[in-house]
Amino acid sequence: MDFARTDEQQMLWDTARTFMERELLPHEDAVEAADDLPRELELELRQKAVDVGLHACNMPESAGGPGLGAVEVTLIEQALGHASLALAECVRRPCNLLAACEGEQVAHFLEPAMSGEKRDCVAMTEPDAGSDLKGMKTRAVRDGSDWLISGTKHFISNADRSEFVVLFAATGEDDTPRGKRKRISCFLVDLDLPRVEVAPGYKQVGLRGYSNNIIRFENARVPGWCMVGGEGEGFDVVNRWLGPGRLTVAATAQARAQRAFDFALDWAANREQFGQKIGKFQGVSFPLADMATELRMGELLLMHTAWRIDQDHPEADQDCAMAKVFCTEMLGRVADQAIQTCGGMGLMADLPLERIWRDARVERIWEGTSEIQRHIISRGLLRPLGA
Amino acid sequence: MKVLVPVKRVIDYNVKVRVKADGSGVDLANVKMSMNPFDEIAVEQAIRLKEAGQAEEIIAVSIGVKQNQETLRTALAMGADRAILIVASEDVHHDVEPLTVAKLLKAVVDEEAPGLVLCGKQAIDNDMNATGQMLAALLGWSQGTFASGLEIDGDNANVTREVDGGLQTIKVKMPAVVTVDLRLNEPRYASLPNIMKAKKKQLDEKTPEDYGVDASPRLEIVKTSEPEARKAGVIVKSVDELVEKLNEAGVI
Repeated sequence: MDFARTDEQQMLWDTARTFMERELLPHEDAVEAADDLPRELELELRQKAVDVGLHACNMPESAGGPGLGAVEVTLIEQALGHASLALAECVRRPCNLLAACEGEQVAHFLEPAMSGEKRDCVAMTEPDAGSDLKGMKTRAVRDGSDWLISGTKHFISNADRSEFVVLFAATGEDDTPRGKRKRISCFLVDLDLPRVEVAPGYKQVGLRGYSNNIIRFENARVPGWCMVGGEGEGFDVVNRWLGPGRLTVAATAQARAQRAFDFALDWAANREQFGQKIGKFQGVSFPLADMATELRMGELLLMHTAWRIDQDHPEADQDCAMAKVFCTEMLGRVADQAIQTCGGMGLMADLPLERIWRDARVERIWEGTSEIQRHIISRGLLRPLGA
Repeated sequence: MKVLVPVKRVIDYNVKVRVKADGSGVDLANVKMSMNPFDEIAVEQAIRLKEAGQAEEIIAVSIGVKQNQETLRTALAMGADRAILIVASEDVHHDVEPLTVAKLLKAVVDEEAPGLVLCGKQAIDNDMNATGQMLAALLGWSQGTFASGLEIDGDNANVTREVDGGLQTIKVKMPAVVTVDLRLNEPRYASLPNIMKAKKKQLDEKTPEDYGVDASPRLEIVKTSEPEARKAGVIVKSVDELVEKLNEAGVI
């Protein structure tokens, strides 16, 4: 078993890590304080990411990307994930699903997303359709060769910074042995079309400078060629292309937990109370040992999962769920303990810990809640046994 | 014009250095190694010369252990065109000494005929600050050391040098050896397409025997020791007490 990085993997890590340190981190305090990521800064960072080739590093060669393996992409995402999400996301990794673009979609959506000219966002969640995605009410009705789309999507990350949306909508219903089932289809929709409105979202606990939006469609007319995959194949397209999204969340969580830990370790090694370094007290040092152990587990699980994806392992889907649930929950524990190590200062905005702690909470909810991940894992265990 | 850039594999500058128990050197087992930062600046400068149309080909050379391949791949990923690895040792703890390195580099220069050799001013591990100067002497070439500025002007190079209390600009005849200092440039990081291309670039592996150079060591490291640990300070309550203490210590 070889756990060492190849020269190439090490260089990819070094480049992503240096980019994060030089280009992203210096802006973090300002973005946090203003709860805003200035448009010029976003575009400047996106261009820099294009120049160094980090932009669209997740995309396959067939789509014009570098065709890296999941191991390499996960390393890059971990390196970028040390910075706050608002900044890390300036290094665009377009929705993998765009690789399924065909015909007119290529020049209109895929190519500008690959060049950095256009930004995409993804809209699945609705006020009444969270984990129960099949309950979505947004629907598309045929009108000649076009589709008329109506409905409301919410929690749509950075829609106000995007030119188009990867949209999921019901295009009808099928009778199945288990009752009626919505036919979900996937569309690429320009956000400047008439009757499409991008509205501000909710005030949120963390993720400063990162917007969540509401998108409303009121009989918006979308050309027929904007559908990705066939009608009713929305979830097939999702399953084929969106899996790695959960691994991205796990990689980000792992990176932020590492950052919180590094900070706490440094603090424990340098702060003195009762005439000695606080790290000398077992009340401080033992939790550090636990954090380090959990971080190692997360790292191994994450990289092993990425490796299994590269091997086309049939259980990679459950692996992604395991990595997502463990790394995000571990982040919560490590962020909380890192604050405990630093005491009162840990809660002050002068240190990065309180923002890591606030930002940690959503990771257990989006891209499939912890409960959904456990459902995926346990289903994979029990289904083959007929239960 | 070809530009030759020697690069050394050294302990990463972020690593906390530990002296081996027997005092024979620094512990390098399972430690992160990187390209000597001054050599990175030299590679960057060579790439800038090429981008400015003043150099046609950049050849990176590394002398040491087989693992130096990694350092050369980094140079190739930054933008060097091809690389030569001279394996002069099998032991990561054996530091090939400056005169041997200079002799081997001279042999490479004789074969490749570059118009310019760009070296880091020194390696951050042993701080010898000797290889560039020795190479210039062996070649009988001009040299410009501690460069914080470099301009190629026809058959000459204008080298701005960082000297005590200011800058000195000298004009040297090409071909020349220039050793580079910290403020010459900020090295780029390897772009993804270049990282991918690096593994396809030519990397030749040689030995000192191929160049007829005797690499056996002449220097012997007698002892390596850690700097003395800093003693705890004293917090004084007033300026008067500070002055008093300084007087007691006999420093004012």
